[in-house]
Amino acid sequence: MISMTNISRHFTVGDEEVRALHDVTLRIEHGEYVSIMGPSGSGKSTLLNILGLLDRPSAGSYEIDGKDVTGLNDQQQSQVRREKIGFVFQFFHLVPRLSAEENVELPLVLAGVAPDERKPLVARLLSEFGIARRARHRPDQLSGGERQRVAIARAMVMRPAAILADEPTGNLDQTTGKEVIHLLEELNARGMTLIMVTHDVALGSRARRLIRTLDGRVHSDDANPS
Amino acid sequence: MRPGDTTQFAWRSLEGSPTRTLLMVLAMSIGVAAVVVLTSLGEGARRYVRNEFESLGTNLIIVVPGHTETLGGTGGMISGRTARDLTLEDALALRRIRGIEHVAPLNIAEAEVSARGRRRNVPVAGSTSEVRFIWGLTVVSGQFLPPQDPRNAAPVCVIGSTVRRELFGNSSPLGDYLRLGDRRFRVIGTLAPKGEFAGVNMDEMVFIPVASAQALFNLHSLLRIGVMARTREDIRHVPQQIKRVLRERHGGEEDVTVLTEDAVSSAFDRILVALTLALGGIAAISLSVAGILIMNVMLIAVTQRTNEIGLLKALGASPGQIRMLFFVEAALLSAVGAAVGSVLGQAGSFVIRQIYPAVPAHAPVWAAIAALLVSLATGIAFSVLPARRAAALEPAAALARR
Repeated sequence: MISMTNISRHFTVGDEEVRALHDVTLRIEHGEYVSIMGPSGSGKSTLLNILGLLDRPSAGSYEIDGKDVTGLNDQQQSQVRREKIGFVFQFFHLVPRLSAEENVELPLVLAGVAPDERKPLVARLLSEFGIARRARHRPDQLSGGERQRVAIARAMVMRPAAILADEPTGNLDQTTGKEVIHLLEELNARGMTLIMVTHDVALGSRARRLIRTLDGRVHSDDANPS
Repeated sequence: MRPGDTTQFAWRSLEGSPTRTLLMVLAMSIGVAAVVVLTSLGEGARRYVRNEFESLGTNLIIVVPGHTETLGGTGGMISGRTARDLTLEDALALRRIRGIEHVAPLNIAEAEVSARGRRRNVPVAGSTSEVRFIWGLTVVSGQFLPPQDPRNAAPVCVIGSTVRRELFGNSSPLGDYLRLGDRRFRVIGTLAPKGEFAGVNMDEMVFIPVASAQALFNLHSLLRIGVMARTREDIRHVPQQIKRVLRERHGGEEDVTVLTEDAVSSAFDRILVALTLALGGIAAISLSVAGILIMNVMLIAVTQRTNEIGLLKALGASPGQIRMLFFVEAALLSAVGAAVGSVLGQAGSFVIRQIYPAVPAHAPVWAAIAALLVSLATGIAFSVLPARRAAALEPAAALARR
């Protein structure tokens, strides 16, 4: 369960104060499928960053599973990220010198999991996502769809409570984009909270809940009838 | 994060940019090699000078006739008074002093030696069996001068390796006779090659009993007396005892000079240690330059890898872990650089030894270890700033950078 209360995020650019987010209050339950939509600069990426503890709000409080995380130091926040949140990015953000399986393994390595325990976990995810034969390939030897599937496997490997996806299909063609979305939705169907930022209306309206941002505020927050 | 994983990750990121890694390793290794080579040069010079002094012998005391205030003076020449000569009896009297191990009365003079129709001019040393210990001579065949009453002028000789080769070729000279002046000496032993020692080429020497030499050269005095103290400690009091004994024998006159190598050589030693340290210090500057280079390149690496750092943070890497990754990366670089540098340095010292065999250019152990530690320390110290900068990056901003 994720709960934001009166969250604001202000940047100072030169002499000007930019309000990327202003007084956002939001509650997302376990297992929800939420898409955040809005034009560029409407604050949707900032919102996702704060949800993922990649950025700190200027004001307001943020709780994950009933625990306040705004007051945590960097060390504690990194632990929350590690254990509770999986990220999927538009540009995949795979480490180019590591193979697919090593990329998937990375969160486990950072968490200090023993190599013997890591290997089977990674192998299972890779075969589940249909990229087992590409396990030893480096990212530049993989197609876009494969790269994003590696990235999703990496996001899943720590069994997080929620996946935050920032334009996960933004860098893919339509067919592979669709495959990636199906994969994410399948994970959601199994109980994973899925929060996705997109400006693709067709994609956004697939979610069961649709949050629209405008000028740093939540403009609308509706259950999706479809 | 497990230490093994940290190291492996850091290693992989070094492998990921081979040119950068190669250049940094090169810089570090040149620094370390410079320390090793320069200190080995300094140490080589120190040992060279030391060997020169020690070729006078270990624990060696030299008694020369004539009183002089300064070491290494001209002996009796400037004292204005004719000094009493040193005699064989003087040498024998010294034997009774406690703390003296060996006493070797010595005369050296040039003489023509001939055997089997070959002739040659060689330095002839008249002494006793004990000169062998004082000059560190090794007998390869036969025996050395027999330990007997030094007053006994036995017609026997022991020859250096060059003399043996030039007079006798490959056949054994033992039992054969050679002629020195108008006397015949039976060869009873040959010496191992030793080379230059105390300013004389030992290999060209012929050793005969001191009494034989005095008879041959018509001398009643000794050139000098070599004395070997039992221990390093004895060297402190033995010179006084020698002076006392000889003063009594010479009618209360202090007309000998007692030289120890110690005083002079330790002064040189100190100078050369200081020189080595100075060379090491100069070389350490190149190490710190290498450190600064590492810092520069690591800072660039942080900028280049901003994205990756952001990703690692998103995946749950703590600031401490990010710092550690950069530390370890710098430490690995320095370690590899230091290892390569040590090898280069040793190779450099080796080349110097080949070119100047007289200078035993070996890096002192402390310098080799210090170079390794200093390079590791500089590598890590200069990675503090880049590592901190990496750890302090805001993940959201870092990820957004492309």
